[in-house]
Amino acid sequence: MWQALTRLYHKLGSPKWFYEISGRWMPWFLIIGSALTAVGVVWGLAFAPADYLQGNSFRIIYIHVPSALLSQSAYIMMAIAGVVGLVWKMKMSFIVGKVIAPIGASLAILALLTGAIWGKPTWGTWWVWDARLTSMLILLFLYFGVIAIYNAIESEDMANKAAAVLSIVGSINIPIIKYSVEWWNTLHQPATITLTKKPTMAPEMFIPLVFTIVGFYCLFAVWVFARTRNEILWRERRTNWVKKLLTLPAANVSKVSANEQTELKGADK
Amino acid sequence: MFFDSFSSFIQMGNHGFYVWLCYGIFAVTLAVNFISPMLTRKKVIKDIERQLRRDQK
Repeated sequence: MWQALTRLYHKLGSPKWFYEISGRWMPWFLIIGSALTAVGVVWGLAFAPADYLQGNSFRIIYIHVPSALLSQSAYIMMAIAGVVGLVWKMKMSFIVGKVIAPIGASLAILALLTGAIWGKPTWGTWWVWDARLTSMLILLFLYFGVIAIYNAIESEDMANKAAAVLSIVGSINIPIIKYSVEWWNTLHQPATITLTKKPTMAPEMFIPLVFTIVGFYCLFAVWVFARTRNEILWRERRTNWVKKLLTLPAANVSKVSANEQTELKGADK
Repeated sequence: MFFDSFSSFIQMGNHGFYVWLCYGIFAVTLAVNFISPMLTRKKVIKDIERQLRRDQK
């Protein structure tokens, strides 16, 4: 058991292994993620019944909830990557933490914008400084902070450490976002879905939401893989396997690399 | 289908503007997250190939 774990750890730490395995997984995550999201969106927009209180504006939920949820999960992943990087000095972990930041920021923006647009017809205002909205805005700024660290600090080692520390310290914001609707009396409605209780929504409204949530997570994986692979290629540019990938004729390389080669050729045009 | 006509689907009972604006922003977010790493990949490969050519000389 322990041996298997250390083996997995060493594999995860190997950029080449990550590059190959992510190349094989990416298409599946892409297909499943796109299909689930598309079904969820069409179902939610056209087939789910309107809410008896909010009317059709509630259809925003199928984007708002998944993006808000995922932007927080992404932050937790970034913080965990920071811990692993700092404690075990794993390079790959820092790379994953780095590439999550811009994706997480885009999801936080999506959650905030859809929330504001949903707020207008529902609460009569685009924005209020209530606990949930403010803590989500802080989440966005934390993402910006991590991005800024990587842009500002030349030394890769220093940037990794500083970004990891900010990610870890900032994770205190995550429980604040989660419990903000319970701790403070806010305009924002309480959680629509929890793991412990039955959903408060009707199934024909709830199932499409599950589709978009799972779909978003799969697409997130695709984006993290794609950005991580770019980082790996650049860092490993002096290694033989990258040179092989880019220059040798397909006949001389293994099957996986051969696929990569054609993929690279296609991307080059 | 919940709506009885295409125009009522677009209008969404006066909430059309808000709903479609949200889904539009969603589409932009998807596009950015897909296109940005693709462009970076192209640039990285081009940079590495240029460097390899330089090393060979």
